[in-house]
Amino acid sequence: MARRLPRKDVVIVGLGWTGSILANELTDAGLEVAAIERGPWRAAATDYPPNWAQDELRYRIRHELFLQPAQTTFTFRNKMSQTGLPIRNWGAFMPPNGVGGGGVHWNAETWRFLPTDFVLRTHLTQRYGARFLPADMTIQDWGVTYAELEPHYDRFEYLCGTCGQAGNLQGQILEGGNPFEGPRSRAYPNPPQPQPFSHTLFAQAARTLGYRPFPQPSGNLSREYRNPLGVRQGPCSYCGFCEWFGCGNYSKASPQTTILPVLVRKANFVARDRCEVTRINLDPSGRRATGVTFVDTSGQEWEQPADLVLVCAYTIFNVQLLMLSNIGQRYDPVANRGVIGRNFTHQTISDVVSFFDPKKFIFNPFIASGAIGMCIDEFNGDNFDHGPHGFVGGGYMGQVQTNGRPIETTPVPPGTPKWGAKWKQAVKENYLSATKPGTGVHGSMYSYRDVYLDLDPTYKDRFGRPLVRITMDFHDNELKQNRFLTDRFAEIFQAMGARQMDKQYRRAPYDIGDYQTTHLCGGAIMGTDPKTSALNRYLQSWDVPNLFVIGASAFPQNAGYNPTGTVAALAYWSAEAIRTRYLKSPGPLVHA
Amino acid sequence: MSDGIRRRDVLTGAALALVGGAAARAGVIKGELPWRPDTASPPPRVEPGPWQFFTPEELPTIEALADRIIPPDSQTPGGKDAGCVVFLDRQLAGAYGSAEGLYERGPFIQGAEQQGPQSSKTPAQTYRAALQAIDQYCREGRGSGMPRGKHFAELAPEQQDEMLHGLEGGTVDMSGVDAKQFFTTLLKDIQDGFFADPIYGGNRDMCAWKMIGFPGARYDYRDWVSRHNERYPLPPVSIGGRADWTPRQR
Ligand SMILES: Cc1cc2nc3c(=O)[nH]c(=O)nc-3n(C[C@H](O)[C@H](O)[C@H](O)COP(=O)(O)OP(=O)(O)OC[C@H]3O[C@@H](n4cnc5c(N)ncnc54)[C@H](O)[C@@H]3O)c2cc1C
Repeated sequence: MARRLPRKDVVIVGLGWTGSILANELTDAGLEVAAIERGPWRAAATDYPPNWAQDELRYRIRHELFLQPAQTTFTFRNKMSQTGLPIRNWGAFMPPNGVGGGGVHWNAETWRFLPTDFVLRTHLTQRYGARFLPADMTIQDWGVTYAELEPHYDRFEYLCGTCGQAGNLQGQILEGGNPFEGPRSRAYPNPPQPQPFSHTLFAQAARTLGYRPFPQPSGNLSREYRNPLGVRQGPCSYCGFCEWFGCGNYSKASPQTTILPVLVRKANFVARDRCEVTRINLDPSGRRATGVTFVDTSGQEWEQPADLVLVCAYTIFNVQLLMLSNIGQRYDPVANRGVIGRNFTHQTISDVVSFFDPKKFIFNPFIASGAIGMCIDEFNGDNFDHGPHGFVGGGYMGQVQTNGRPIETTPVPPGTPKWGAKWKQAVKENYLSATKPGTGVHGSMYSYRDVYLDLDPTYKDRFGRPLVRITMDFHDNELKQNRFLTDRFAEIFQAMGARQMDKQYRRAPYDIGDYQTTHLCGGAIMGTDPKTSALNRYLQSWDVPNLFVIGASAFPQNAGYNPTGTVAALAYWSAEAIRTRYLKSPGPLVHA
Repeated sequence: MSDGIRRRDVLTGAALALVGGAAARAGVIKGELPWRPDTASPPPRVEPGPWQFFTPEELPTIEALADRIIPPDSQTPGGKDAGCVVFLDRQLAGAYGSAEGLYERGPFIQGAEQQGPQSSKTPAQTYRAALQAIDQYCREGRGSGMPRGKHFAELAPEQQDEMLHGLEGGTVDMSGVDAKQFFTTLLKDIQDGFFADPIYGGNRDMCAWKMIGFPGARYDYRDWVSRHNERYPLPPVSIGGRADWTPRQR
């Protein structure tokens, strides 16, 4: 029997980036808020202090800070004709777990999307005509614009202390920044991080080719910073153990280093860790959420009743909870009906690993931060004419190498054996003078009718509930995009003086064993029409108005940037709508 | 204040897998950051001592394999002397060997390569079976031009390499063990041991880090980020320190 807790104004599922933002905004509005988090409390002092945070085996290879598949996993197949099989150990992406969510171990590459990304279908149709888009591509406009989100991007950047160089300040294009970005109301709160050698050379080479390189916006701090909530961070020390790792220096923006010290001390906030929400409860009408049910580590079931339910559990868990709670119409790709599970996307990334003359180049790859790097944006979104190329979309590219951790980053030139004396010699010769950006080409993935989420007919989780099934493959549009971008990227390394290059194009079929960011998007998307979206433009469920679903699950398709800047901007945007409109008159904020 | 949800009931099977010990209980966080003394978990340091996983029969084989994957040279030890087998022994005796935390529910069906490994065997079981199969293959002299009656460790280095190529290419029939998949795992594990922090038993005296010029667990390069094209001068350090810092230790 579930034990019932006292009612709260708001219950939040998941205390990662979005959960922390929403909790802070709504406690500020005077509401009683409870957050329920599946994983443990995490903090630098106990979980990743600087005396052992730099442990590649523990955190990168055995990924200690992440969810274990035994707790929950997914099944996967490329095509609808295949049988989905379970992801037994993580590969293509790695789901966060624990207070702070992905914020604990992200790189902190903190981007904004382009203004045209938010009106994608309209924009591309106007510029190229509807017939330019593949027939089964299901991209949509978001229902919200860049101009509407700008103040919210700004709030997140000032919360995090993001380091960067503005490229478009209120319409004025500034030298050294990204000239393609949407207009920003003010400069970044902190100057860019200084760049290591190979990153600097990349920018020089890009400039000689006529591009306009700029420092990647970084949430690893270039200097000490005190944010508007009064929480402090220290300067980054370029330790080279950032993404996959927690920061022992309090210099990477995360809920722990920006929000939680203030939030946790508020009298109207309570959080529970190691408690997994298993269901969103509905009243008999099915149109009103009454709270959530969760299970603690002893197996005890609890019920947390609340007037407002915010699902902030990360893309794919957001969709999982909606499906397992029978909220919204499940997507059916054959009939092309339904919304829950629709427009699921990931990222189209690739890399070029380059080898330079060791006598001339010492790159010291171990000196880096998670979001360091010099990038160009000439080939992102619709920043270039796609007409001659026959594809849409694009991405940023850059020397964004974050580390020289030797298990992961000991590249050898193409043609070298994978083991033996020659391999050993090649590792030794090339370590200090090779470049391996990791996600050097960071391309968009647009949505398709046959890329989606549903429930698996066979495999079950530990509670006996069906696993979510992923059906995903690359389509020609993305493969063409990647080939074009990877070739442009390699030209820059060539201009830098590389002796040899390994162009690692993205290839189909999509491989669930090959890590390609944890930027899963879609599945419960926002929009203007309840027939083709699960949420309205405020991330409010069309079906259950006292339910908001926050995260990249709301992206109708994925752009050529890392998602979290936009995820956080949507979180603030949604919080503002709740504070200024929903609380005055609870009910649908948009009438369909 | 952080106090566990107090409930003394017997743990259910479902919850068991998620509970790592007394500290790993669901908790309520309210009023202050839930910091408690002595709750940090430093990495377990591998201590010298008896083998925990490998049997006396298996050891010569795995040591020889480690030395062919990473052969010794005049400057840097090979896989065996670098401690890669000690590393692997402790890994296989621990959470990695038993596939702890992985999804292990059936049915186990072989799918497309892109759907990832679907074996019902743990790494420990796989190693046990594979090492035996390799030994048997060698003793029966099954490879072309291979002598009969010799253990893998007794073959000439070129013959050992030929066997490794056979595993790598999946051309060696290993009675029930997927040779190719095993070789991928073996390669990864030996190289992980070579480059991981020496507290895990491999990378002895930070030999792999010295070989490439990786300074290890240093945490602060602020003075160095803007010094371009200069060799970093300081020797590596491990999470466990460095011998000349603690001269009286072992
Ligand atoms: C290695 C890595 C590097 C990354 N680098 C970048 C980067 O540089 N830039 C970028 O923009 N993005 C990056 N990301 C992505 C980024 O982490 C996410 O976009 C971001 O954390 C999303 O915020 P969220 O609140 O939606 O989810 P999260 O921050 O993941 O928070 C969700 C929380 O919900 C909890 N939860 C899930 N299900 C339940 C349940 N049923 N009950 C209770 N709690 C639940 C989870 O445990 C988690 O703590 C990276 C991700 C990874 C893994």
